[in-house]
Amino acid sequence: MFSKHNAPKPQDPRLKAITEAIRVVPHFPKQGIMFQDITTLLLDHKVFKDTIDIFVDRYKDMGISIVAGVEARGFFFGPSIALAIGSKFVPLRKPRKLPGEVISEKYDLEYGSDCLEMHVGAVKHGDKAIVIDDLVATGGTLSAAITLLERGGAEVVECACIIGLSHFKD
Amino acid sequence: MSAYRDEDPRLHGIKTKIRVVPHFPKSGREVLTFLGLAGIMFQDITTLLLDPKAFKDTIDLFVERYKGKNISVVAGIEARGFIFGPPIALAIGAKFVPLRKPKKLPGKVISQEYILEYGRDCLEMHVGAVEAGERAIVVDDLIATGGTLCAAMDLLERVGAEVVECACVIELPELKGRERLNGKPLYVLVEYLEV
Repeated sequence: MFSKHNAPKPQDPRLKAITEAIRVVPHFPKQGIMFQDITTLLLDHKVFKDTIDIFVDRYKDMGISIVAGVEARGFFFGPSIALAIGSKFVPLRKPRKLPGEVISEKYDLEYGSDCLEMHVGAVKHGDKAIVIDDLVATGGTLSAAITLLERGGAEVVECACIIGLSHFKD
Repeated sequence: MSAYRDEDPRLHGIKTKIRVVPHFPKSGREVLTFLGLAGIMFQDITTLLLDPKAFKDTIDLFVERYKGKNISVVAGIEARGFIFGPPIALAIGAKFVPLRKPKKLPGKVISQEYILEYGRDCLEMHVGAVEAGERAIVVDDLIATGGTLCAAMDLLERVGAEVVECACVIELPELKGRERLNGKPLYVLVEYLEV
């Protein structure tokens, strides 16, 4: 799992500005949650570009054929990475958003469950994939994403997020 | 008032990569029933995203149009506008501003309601994301009736930005969306016409 909190290059000078560009919004969506808002990062062109460049530098020579992005904030980052490394972009979406034939994977929430979907045929056996989202907390969504890609026959090389919440790590 | 590139050799490749899915969505507010076939023949751009060259060409066409025009804001409409908007913003040196469904953006927002065939929906933008005087484009995958784009433009104009143009990959011209844009120019790459 690659996150800025245990990044392989802790001295990368770009990381400080990236961290500072993320806004923390208290008690959203509910009391007690300190929400990590990356939209402020998207407003700073240089910092946004640096974020993408760090991922591109890491993945461009790894033979990655699929960049899968988790709806919706994974869509901010995934396509630009895919374009730069020459991969397909595959959106992983909430139920009933993707038209045509899909496969679904359920995952647990704190209260209840949710579901992620992927198009049949987007992924082929032998594809090497990375999964992109803005943040990893419990890892439930990323786990569902990995399962979808593996069910499609891909090898998931790594998950990539801007933020890792260390108090969920285990 | 409007423009689309029909001589560019890249457009054929882009158009052929868009998949038309009949009878989707099957139910709900999104079915544009009074518009006949348009709600039933869904324009699926995900197949375009599976072709790196065609996806890159799509982005390049927008970037070539907007680079060097002093555009500082690319606003993208949730969710498929989030796929095209950020690469364009990064390439032209602009910020990316997501326009989202209600209660998704944390912190202070402004809201704009718009009318659907059955009922209403709402688009939100962060307070402070855009400053007065900024030049903006709005990006979405497709323009149908123009209602969503209209709400997007309203949000930007309410904070004093100038909307230079709306940019979509696909237009459904029979739905006359471009007439709903209050004279704002619309730039699209491909049209889908019921044959």
